[in-house]
Amino acid sequence: MTSPSIPGLRAEFGPAVERVLVSCGDTIVYVTRDRSHDVLAWLKDAPGHQFNYLTDVTAVEYRDSELPLEVVYQLRSLSRKADIRVKVALDKRAPLQVRSVVDLWRGADWLEREVYDLFGITFTGHPDLRRILMWETYAEGYPLRKDFPLRGHFSRAEQTRQALAANPEAHYSLEELSIAEAFDELPPDMRQRLARGERGYLK
Amino acid sequence: MGLSNPATENRADEVTTVSSISPNWVTTRLDFLTNWARANSLWPMPFGTACCAIEYMATAASRFDIARFGMERQSFSPRQADVLICAGRLPFKLAPVIRRIWDQMPQPKWSISMGACASSGGIFDNYSMVQGIDTIIPVDVYVPGCPPRPEGLMYGIMLLQKKIKGETIADDMLREEKLVGPSGLFLPAERVDELSEPFGNSVHQTRSA
Amino acid sequence: MSLRTVEMALATPGVDRDGNASRVPLGVGGYDEDFGAEHMLVNIGPQHPATHGVLRLVIELEGETVKRCIPHVGYLHSGFEKLGEYRHYNQIIPLTDRTDYLSPMANNVCLALAVEKLMALEVTERCEVLRVIACEMSRIISHLVWLGTTGIDLGAFTPFLWSFQERERIYNLQESWTGARLTTSLTRVGGMMADIPEGWEAGLRDFTRTFPDTLKEVDTMFTRNAIWIGRTQGVGALTADEAINYSLSGPMLRASGVDYDVRKDRPYLGYESYDFDVPIGEHGDIYDRYRIRLEEMWQSNRILEQALDRLQGLKGAPINVDDPRVILPPKSRAMSDMEAMIFHFKQVMEGVKPPAGEAYMGIENPKGELGYYFVSDGTAKPVRWRIRPPSFLNLASLPRMCEGALLSDVIAINASVDIVMGEVDR
Repeated sequence: MTSPSIPGLRAEFGPAVERVLVSCGDTIVYVTRDRSHDVLAWLKDAPGHQFNYLTDVTAVEYRDSELPLEVVYQLRSLSRKADIRVKVALDKRAPLQVRSVVDLWRGADWLEREVYDLFGITFTGHPDLRRILMWETYAEGYPLRKDFPLRGHFSRAEQTRQALAANPEAHYSLEELSIAEAFDELPPDMRQRLARGERGYLK
Repeated sequence: MGLSNPATENRADEVTTVSSISPNWVTTRLDFLTNWARANSLWPMPFGTACCAIEYMATAASRFDIARFGMERQSFSPRQADVLICAGRLPFKLAPVIRRIWDQMPQPKWSISMGACASSGGIFDNYSMVQGIDTIIPVDVYVPGCPPRPEGLMYGIMLLQKKIKGETIADDMLREEKLVGPSGLFLPAERVDELSEPFGNSVHQTRSA
Repeated sequence: MSLRTVEMALATPGVDRDGNASRVPLGVGGYDEDFGAEHMLVNIGPQHPATHGVLRLVIELEGETVKRCIPHVGYLHSGFEKLGEYRHYNQIIPLTDRTDYLSPMANNVCLALAVEKLMALEVTERCEVLRVIACEMSRIISHLVWLGTTGIDLGAFTPFLWSFQERERIYNLQESWTGARLTTSLTRVGGMMADIPEGWEAGLRDFTRTFPDTLKEVDTMFTRNAIWIGRTQGVGALTADEAINYSLSGPMLRASGVDYDVRKDRPYLGYESYDFDVPIGEHGDIYDRYRIRLEEMWQSNRILEQALDRLQGLKGAPINVDDPRVILPPKSRAMSDMEAMIFHFKQVMEGVKPPAGEAYMGIENPKGELGYYFVSDGTAKPVRWRIRPPSFLNLASLPRMCEGALLSDVIAINASVDIVMGEVDR
């Protein structure tokens, strides 16, 4: 049975709701990329829906390389004890971008960083989008993509060499760099990095 | 960057003097005394990362009581530690940290690789995991198990004590710092690749899979 | 910022030239323009005993007050989710042991439930009761580790020894049930790896009878202890709205006064039929989190007692579903019956094959809501195995909780989150 929120969603957003399906009792709503933020904001606050709890943000890539990547939002209404899953399909030929929901839920901060780290999906409007699980200069790619081999692209020796060359005390985040800049603790290379606003994006 | 110390990467092809002092009655007596003292007051530096750290904590707690081996004082500072116990898996992101800690420990020092992940990568034969900490630091004792039981760890500690009791000051190679070489690796690259080869039931997880 | 005054030990301790007690204000201003106004970056971890694993915190201090706290995670990233895509569903169970290694049995249960949801399987009643026992035992041992390590962080070593003593008793039970102290791999899709051995209930019964004594001791030691109260009350507080906004779950969410427990609100394994209470805090500070975890151990003990009573009525009942597609036939039949042998072969070689679809299953783990999200394309290996990690989300609120706290409070706040890095970094 589909979620009772679906008619309201269709009435409000019309064609932005691409399709609705049910799998194992969970309702899944596909929405277009441009309206995803509006849909999520509406679901969060609209009376009668109030999906106020963001359970999870993640992404799925299918084995069939023709299929688009999906960003998955798992929402819950704590008061109504109801769930809904919102998905945004991202065509692989276009830039993998979707609007961030950190302004709606602070909890999305790290979750979106993780999706960025492991899938390479950019969340526009995220305050501090940088790798979270892998180190910031990790150059092998996005580990959870299907074209990423289980053991990584580099040889073990090269992986070990890069790991040993890393400085365990390096400051990574822009926040940290800005603090250090203010108090003249910054080595020149990091000073330049800060000036460029560089965040360790991959080439 | 990081650990650029004067290198002694591969000593095998160099001419090495085994000993500058020949063993005699004085040195063996002295060995006995120092080894006895060292073996029975090993201060551990617990480098606990994952599941093995929980079993390490169980070993340190009242039922198994690691203090019986002279390890009462857990040294959380590498500067005052004798034995580094790497308890748990070691991802590449953590590799420079354990290397830095090992470099910070003063001689004499030993290390125990606790558990399958630390010794060989264990079930984590993937992009993020070091396949055995012996590609990063020298290891004296490997304790198998996933995780090893506290009894297993204690057996490993006793093996290390046995090893220490066989050391001699006449061997000046023993206290030589084994550093990261100019190639940026602790072991030669081929050796790292060889050690990291898949084995056992992980062979079907090929690089292309 | 309030000025704190302390007695200064001078040549004559605490007495100035005139014989009066000398009180010297510390803090902002007064003596030097720069005094107390200096910012400092302090790095804690990744190898630090108080970070409960390999967490790294970079803290900006003004004097001793935390201006900003920036956590760095990922030092234990082990690629669980990637590994899961290369394994059969039942082969993932050993991986779940090693994510949240403080409550391995509960993780096993969650994985089995998620795949069963994907396959629309109903497990047997005895299996449900055994899984409830597994979950509640996990809750107790996980909270005990939290109690012991937090005690150490705040200067009390004895509770660590008490809690590990109790843990060893549960470990003995786990070991006699599963063969392993920690990495249990207890469940299978559609059932359990093994039934409990003969006489096992008596051991657990004995535990449930004597465990409250330890809880009482802990209660006496901590709950009205002036040092404990001073270090925990009002520290790291989060309001209910903030807690929801940060997607907290478990004791962290309930300490802030949000009445949400997956066992009550989305019941699984028949939790709705057990009689237990869910403690709710009101201040959202460390003290409330402590009270909630302590109370949850009492409640888990109650659930264990009820589950043991039910088990008596289910003696000899099957633990596995009667479905040869998911459960291996008994060895004796596989050796004598052709059809059973084929099922045995297909299952070992090909694994369990759920239909194409996707399922999210969340359960109430000791740390919070653990969710496994599976996407299947009809083959024996999942397209995507997502772990919704409770400690990861709980830890994300650390910068907010540390704002304006003192440096020593950061240790207490971090301890109160109850993180386990294996799950944070996966």
